[in-house]
Amino acid sequence: MSAASYDKLIFELSSPGRVAYSLPESDVPTSDARSLLPEAYLRAEAPRLPEVSEFDVVRHYSRLSQLNYGVDTHFYPLGSCTMKYNPKINEDMARVAGFARLHPLAPEALSQGALRLMHELAAMLAEIAGMDAVSLQPAAGAQGELAGVLMIRAYHAARGEKRTKVLVPDSAHGTNPASTALAGYEVVEVKSQPNGEVDLDELARHLDTDVAAFMITVPNTLGMFEPRIVEITELCHAKGVQVYMDGANLNAILGITRPGDLGFDVCHFNLHKTFTTPHGGGGPGAGPVGVKAHLEPFLPVPVVTKDGDRYALDWKRPQSIGKLQAFWGNFGMHVRAYTYIRTMGADGLRSVADNAILNANYIMKRLEKAYDVAVPGPCMHECVVSARRQKKLGVTATDIAKRLLDLGFYAPSTYFPLIVEEALMIEPTETEAKETLDAFCDAMIQIARETETSPQVVQDAPVTTPVRRLDQTRAAREPDLRWSPAAK
Amino acid sequence: MASRYIANTPAEQDQMLRVIGAASVEELLVKIPPKARLSRPLALPPALAETDLIRHLKTLADANADADRYACFLGAGSYDHYVPSPINHLVLRGEFFTAYTPYQPEASQGTLRTIYEYQTMIAELTGMDVANASIYDGASSVAEAVLMAHAATERTEVVVSHGVNPLYRRVTATYCEGPRMRLRDAGAPGGTTDLAAATRLCGPKTAALVVQSPNFYGCLEDIASAAEIAHAAGAVLIVVADPVNLGVLEAPGKLGADLVVGEGQGLGVPMSFGGPNLGVFAAKRELVRRMPGRLVGATVDRDGRRGFVLTLQTREQHIRRAKATSNICTNVALCALMATIYLATLGRHGLVKVGELSAAKAHYAARRLTALSGVSLRFQAPFFKEFTLKLPKPPDRVVARLAKERILAGVPLKAFDRALADCLLVAVTEKRTKEEIDAFAQALERAVV
Amino acid sequence: MPHVPKELRYTRDHEWAKREDDRVRVGITAYAAEQLGDVVFVELPKVGATATAKKPFGVVESVKAVSDLFAPVSGEIVEVNTGLPQAPETVNADPYGRGWMLVIAPSHKAEWAQLLTAEQYEEFLAQGAH
Repeated sequence: MSAASYDKLIFELSSPGRVAYSLPESDVPTSDARSLLPEAYLRAEAPRLPEVSEFDVVRHYSRLSQLNYGVDTHFYPLGSCTMKYNPKINEDMARVAGFARLHPLAPEALSQGALRLMHELAAMLAEIAGMDAVSLQPAAGAQGELAGVLMIRAYHAARGEKRTKVLVPDSAHGTNPASTALAGYEVVEVKSQPNGEVDLDELARHLDTDVAAFMITVPNTLGMFEPRIVEITELCHAKGVQVYMDGANLNAILGITRPGDLGFDVCHFNLHKTFTTPHGGGGPGAGPVGVKAHLEPFLPVPVVTKDGDRYALDWKRPQSIGKLQAFWGNFGMHVRAYTYIRTMGADGLRSVADNAILNANYIMKRLEKAYDVAVPGPCMHECVVSARRQKKLGVTATDIAKRLLDLGFYAPSTYFPLIVEEALMIEPTETEAKETLDAFCDAMIQIARETETSPQVVQDAPVTTPVRRLDQTRAAREPDLRWSPAAK
Repeated sequence: MASRYIANTPAEQDQMLRVIGAASVEELLVKIPPKARLSRPLALPPALAETDLIRHLKTLADANADADRYACFLGAGSYDHYVPSPINHLVLRGEFFTAYTPYQPEASQGTLRTIYEYQTMIAELTGMDVANASIYDGASSVAEAVLMAHAATERTEVVVSHGVNPLYRRVTATYCEGPRMRLRDAGAPGGTTDLAAATRLCGPKTAALVVQSPNFYGCLEDIASAAEIAHAAGAVLIVVADPVNLGVLEAPGKLGADLVVGEGQGLGVPMSFGGPNLGVFAAKRELVRRMPGRLVGATVDRDGRRGFVLTLQTREQHIRRAKATSNICTNVALCALMATIYLATLGRHGLVKVGELSAAKAHYAARRLTALSGVSLRFQAPFFKEFTLKLPKPPDRVVARLAKERILAGVPLKAFDRALADCLLVAVTEKRTKEEIDAFAQALERAVV
Repeated sequence: MPHVPKELRYTRDHEWAKREDDRVRVGITAYAAEQLGDVVFVELPKVGATATAKKPFGVVESVKAVSDLFAPVSGEIVEVNTGLPQAPETVNADPYGRGWMLVIAPSHKAEWAQLLTAEQYEEFLAQGAH
């Protein structure tokens, strides 16, 4: 049986009486715990969890893993997600007992190494982004956005200003409007130019005393640097508007330019993108947020401080927006990002940006005949091509993505940004070698050719994956969100 | 010097530049205005070779009192539970940890299947109809549940028991800032929620009543009564629960909870100084379309084979944008995978045993410690694996003193609640031995006399 | 070009309205249903709620899209198609018939005249409606 045909759920392996755990017998006098607790609080029936052996567990999850494509096994050009190699040493360091087995409420005097690591990481991120202060607390980019927008809100409130709107370009990631709405603002979408750049006239029309912030991604979601960015931030500041940079694409500008120097007041970092912490199949990530000095009083509590040789958690910050996570942030990810930055150093990080840009431009160049490039180059770290030509022949961006799976590649992001028809957003990252990029481009060109000669092959893809195209409509109409024995 | 994480050699880079038609990478940066360029190298500490880096990080790690070297009686939302060995080996498989959100389900069935298993296990433990794929942590799960209740009821207040972890309450307050919801505090002066106060506070404006059981002080709450109070007011009952305990404790769903949320770190996720954690989120079926976060559903492929997909995605930010049920994008898939493998490993009987051992050892510890002169239980309500001790000496100093004997005695409550300045919160998991508990009692005796 | 029945009136948001004595029946057009793709979920208000012309009264969803439903006229909602949430596919199968959504007792009679005729709606579609 091939790996791909494995079709079990752990519940279906269960055989009453099997055990996979190893727990000691009780060594305290009262071993009957149930006699210690009032009956009313006790579970009437043991939970219906599987009964399997340890080897059942290991083989089952090993086989399930083989149903996945990951960066370690496949080129994974998912645009805007920066699917670069995740160094193994990061994992080793995150698992050192002094980090992995440290309780968040261990006495401060006995957590000095962890606090120092956080303090130094925050300082390194501040330097990389040209910001004055960084909070490591947000658990993910979206939570970093929420923190940033709440700080902007608190800043305006502290100045006695009541601004109610936040401007977001139509090319933005969905989290931008969602985070902004969650922070209590009305979201106003600003139309971009067809090339994805901010339309300054359109922006100027929207900028009034009711606008709290303008939130943009640099480089933008078409993979292009915003050439008039300094004018944009100046224009906003002239109207008392704070400018937020979505740091999703920071990989492209490491050591080349810095959000703070471009005039941004706030930016967040995605440690799982730029700083090599693993994507984990969808998290956990980490979304530290950096600010200029005027926003520092509003940072989430606690802030890691340094006084002489001593590190501490500072809770006494009356203007703070509050808290986003129970503890101090996704520390395990901080260890990994710290390990990475200390591995690379300044020159290393600069070469990351250079090679990410080089790889993306190479792909763009190689694909420009077979596909419509969304915006003429050069691009930054990713390029967006449109399958509008292919669509006329009945092949969509989805079809192309599925065909790539057959050819041994994960798919680019599709249908994003929303302003490009049949978008395929390709981000190779700096860690991929030329021969991989060539193989990918060859596959893309092959698909374009197949679209003309045998579109059915593309429309029918994938055929080599563990399952073929799935019925999404059925999944949504009759949600089946948990296994039950009857359903087998 | 060449970086081991960048493959292309200078010769290959030149070949690529020739194809592009540029003389250098610098030529590709034309859109960046010169005045915006950084004119110096980043001021970062020098790069370290792997062996030097390991030495440096181990120095930092050694400055921390980890639970390998110290007997850990700390809890308050992060616990030193048993982590079966296979978990670490399996989550380190690159196919799991280097994949991303399963946007292409055909190439992500491994992740999707594990999430479906996770949802099933969490729904079973909590006694709810559905669970999502997880969110960030226990605190944000409470906050998201409150926002969900707000959206479902269109009401603007939430009554939160004082027994809910104060860190969670703080996060909830931050999340409620945007929609300007009013948080009302139902006290817990006796260690459990003042149900009379909760009844008074719950009314036509109340979106939800939030209780935690066992609560922050370790005490078990009367969930069924809380459900009656919430439902009488037309509000949603949100129960904060630690799923590790639910092998022994009754499922909140069976007692009337509409939403069950909480911190799942104890399910095989390392403490890791407080993160990443695992936000558990489960609901009744009728609330599923208002849930935050990812959901995985079963379906079939073109050939009729069983397969799994992300579903009900129209709730989410990438489609609904400003009107999404939450701004959350990803879940904490890898932590959910740890929990799934944990629950598969512990299974039906192991999880019960973990709960029973923890409770037995906690009660033994409470008996040993309160036998000391001046040391008593601060609250009389039944507890599970954690309890609040009243000490005759300042808890901060007691903790510092016991740390010298490699015992992390507990969490002083002064920082959380001034009225409990003389209290120490002590957690005992199944990993603590009788020997450690006895040593704790002896050391405490020396510290408080 | 998708079917546009002559006897109905339309909105630029792709709802249709049908006069039935002194009431107005409402649904979405075949064009809208086609654009959405397979409808998987319909959320409708309760009988007795008030509809306001050009304001949302509910939501219709496909797998990858959400669309607000806009009331063509104002008034009290006197009937709701309670079968739709269980059988959302009806919206695709029969948008002008069994896929109807609600019936409004109009409170502002003049609003009817402001709706598009079938010819006007067809022209709107031909101009590349969005």
